[in-house]
Amino acid sequence: MAPPIDYETLRLIWWLLMGVILIAFTLTDGFDLGTAALLPFVAKTDAERRLVINSIGATWEGNQVWFILGGGAIFAAWPFVYAVSFSGLYLAMFIVLAALILRPVGFKYRSKKPDAAWRTRWDWALFIGGFVPALVFGVAVGNVLTGLPFRLDSDLRSFYEGSLLGLFHPFSLVAGLLSVAMILLHGASWLAIKIERGAVHDRARSVGQIAAAASILLFALGGAMVATMGYGFRLSHGADPLGPSNPLLSATIAAPGAWLDNYGKYPWMLIAPVLGFAGPLLAWIGIRKDREALAFGGSSIGAVGIIATVGLSMFPFILPSSIDPASSLTVWNASSSHVTLFIMLAVTVVLLPIVLIYTAWVYKVLFGRITLRDVDTNPDYY
Amino acid sequence: MDMAVIELSRLQFALTALYHFLFVPLTLGLSFMLVIMESIYVMTGREIWRTVTRFWGKLFGINFVLGVATGITMEFQFGTNWSYFSHYVGDIFGAPLAIEGLMAFFLEATFVGLMFFGWDKLSKLGHLFVTFMVALGSNLSALWILVANGWMQNPVGSRFNTETMRMEVSDFMAVLFNPVAQAKFVHTVSAGYVCASVFVLGISAWYLLKGKWTAVAKRSFTVAAAFGLASSLSVVVLGDESGYALTDNQKMKLASLEAMWHTEPAPAGIAIVGFPSVADRETYFEVKIPYVLGLIATRSLTGEVSGIFELVARAEHRIEHGIKAYDAVEQLKINQNDMAAREQFEKAKADLGYALLLKRFVADPRNATQEQIEQAAWSTVPNVPVMFWVFRVMAGLGFFFIAFFAFAFYMASIQRFGVREGIRRNFLRAAVWAIPLPWIAIEFGWILAEVGRQPWAIEGTLPTFLAASSLTVAQLWTTIIGFTVIYGLLAVIEVRLMLAAIRKGPAEHRAPALASPNGYAPIPAE
Repeated sequence: MAPPIDYETLRLIWWLLMGVILIAFTLTDGFDLGTAALLPFVAKTDAERRLVINSIGATWEGNQVWFILGGGAIFAAWPFVYAVSFSGLYLAMFIVLAALILRPVGFKYRSKKPDAAWRTRWDWALFIGGFVPALVFGVAVGNVLTGLPFRLDSDLRSFYEGSLLGLFHPFSLVAGLLSVAMILLHGASWLAIKIERGAVHDRARSVGQIAAAASILLFALGGAMVATMGYGFRLSHGADPLGPSNPLLSATIAAPGAWLDNYGKYPWMLIAPVLGFAGPLLAWIGIRKDREALAFGGSSIGAVGIIATVGLSMFPFILPSSIDPASSLTVWNASSSHVTLFIMLAVTVVLLPIVLIYTAWVYKVLFGRITLRDVDTNPDYY
Repeated sequence: MDMAVIELSRLQFALTALYHFLFVPLTLGLSFMLVIMESIYVMTGREIWRTVTRFWGKLFGINFVLGVATGITMEFQFGTNWSYFSHYVGDIFGAPLAIEGLMAFFLEATFVGLMFFGWDKLSKLGHLFVTFMVALGSNLSALWILVANGWMQNPVGSRFNTETMRMEVSDFMAVLFNPVAQAKFVHTVSAGYVCASVFVLGISAWYLLKGKWTAVAKRSFTVAAAFGLASSLSVVVLGDESGYALTDNQKMKLASLEAMWHTEPAPAGIAIVGFPSVADRETYFEVKIPYVLGLIATRSLTGEVSGIFELVARAEHRIEHGIKAYDAVEQLKINQNDMAAREQFEKAKADLGYALLLKRFVADPRNATQEQIEQAAWSTVPNVPVMFWVFRVMAGLGFFFIAFFAFAFYMASIQRFGVREGIRRNFLRAAVWAIPLPWIAIEFGWILAEVGRQPWAIEGTLPTFLAASSLTVAQLWTTIIGFTVIYGLLAVIEVRLMLAAIRKGPAEHRAPALASPNGYAPIPAE
């Protein structure tokens, strides 16, 4: 039985859903990462640090599931992407996982002993758990834009010919720093909206303004590098959007060109980079004018714009190969089968709204600013 | 294929998965025990049950975070270390993993924060609902991961697509209702319940021996005894041997854990002890109980349990047949429209995986000699002595737990908890020492299931040695050492915090009631 939605549409939907999950991860767990990365700098005393930690203490765990779901959804819908990217970026992935492993433990175990040295160590563990993933994710995206050095053999086994250090080059560093700036801005905006006004709030706002300015500058710099350094691939002859998911059969040959092609073809796509600039600007204004909701909204819009810019610039590529362009993975040659994409879409359509409803309920129960007094009197707080 | 890369990849997976599964069973069981305890609190309204719930909730939290932390690794490890596996079966195997995230992880992770932070923000019933959602979420995650694992043991509902060079789903319902997955799910969650019951019982026994927190300990003991008795019966009666008659690999698993080299007339006997020798393909000094194995494995007096020699002969035949399928795939790679090759493939496709076994001995299976085919056929036998002993330890512990909980249940029923010297007090001492036993049984159970699946990553479909990523030995050692150091440190910290929390006991119940808006005493930073 053929699924009622055609293969091309399903592939397009799953490409969008991958973006939705990535954006949801950035918007929710992004502020957890940012808050953790800000922890040692915006909070000095133990009480202040507990204020910061408890601003995300009850919700970070649910937010992190967007990351886990990202892994599972890419596995289910884009098995090639899952197989090639995570094995290729092997050591980088290990660094991210190691940093993220510190996070759950840091939140929970820090408060188990009153010892100052113990707590300081966990504060730095939480910092690593926030800062390192943000940096490595950005560097990884930078490398995806320039193409990863992998090739597929006739059994479609992937061979990766790069190294960990090879991931770090000027462009990927700009992307990494942009990611850090975005995450710090988002964390600072979260603190602005979630904790009581006072010393920590003021420090978070100062960092937030710097991060907002840095986001704008780094996004512009990254864009300029893409435009001038000849990054990008284009399909030299047509792909079959209904064809089998086999990069070697799909007869697409990629030719280095420019990632700016799509904006000429589809000018509406320019909305993404516009939001990428407008978001941090709004956040900056919001922070300065003590309009915290505007700050958080701006930083969210910025993250949406920046991530969407990457996705739209590359479309239909997902993972181009820098050493063997014919192995490149695109929306049309790297997905699961027609049936699997349809089943997974049906499952998502049923389950995702339920997830969003109870997540909203949990945030509603926990609504309101956290105060130093709460941290002091509630025995359940970390 | 560099076998060192394969062996190291397996080592890393075994280390990280077995470590992850130190924390999971306690989460599975303790979450439901919290639901039971809190339900009693909500129904009776007695403060003591709130204290009981909050105390075990604290230990639950210390354990839970490590389950979460080590679970992150598992979600990505198929991609990082088993990328050919991920490509080859992602179309089927990825789905339960994604559904696990959507249906289970969100549920448990979103509600677990509220479970800890929401005591004064929710009504009694509201909080119980939240606790129940955490328990439901954790147990649903076990369901989906076992649907995935069950498919690796019995890959139903899928077929090889020559255009995409991978397995693709043909019947999703068959994947979902895979009998092996269902048997595994019930067996695994029951084992988790046993684990948590032994944990709660052992710590309660320690309090009773010390005469500390006895009000909390007696109640916890009673809950654990009842829950443990039901679960220990379920884990043995609903053991996953029910799926062992299904496929050739499952039959091989059964034959090898019994070290049964030759097919016996039905119903086969079960070996209590024996010394299997791989070199001689013989088991020495066997002590057998007649009929029992045949009854357990085939649920009948007439069903035959196949021996290793018979299964190897069958594998040899399937390898020879599979070479035709392999040959057809190679021709189709060049020309997808080659009708003769297509027809040849359709006839032999069920045995394609068996031809791949030859790749360990010869680059192109079509050039295999008879000797290599025989070698490949014998490679389908898992490590017999490991299987034999690991099974005996696991099953022996399973029966021990039934007796253990039966006695605990008797003690709880008569409400005598061994205040004076005697058999009941000795039982309390034994209960403390029994705490590590369920973990041994559970880890051995996984070793049995996964070593027993070898040489396959996906039974009959993809051999393990073809499934790994193209990594280097240096990369693998880096991550193996890295994970070992991080996991080792976290284990030490976790055990210490657990012991400290147990020693401290359910302190809040005795704390002087200071004025507080919530009606209970604030204990800062706890």
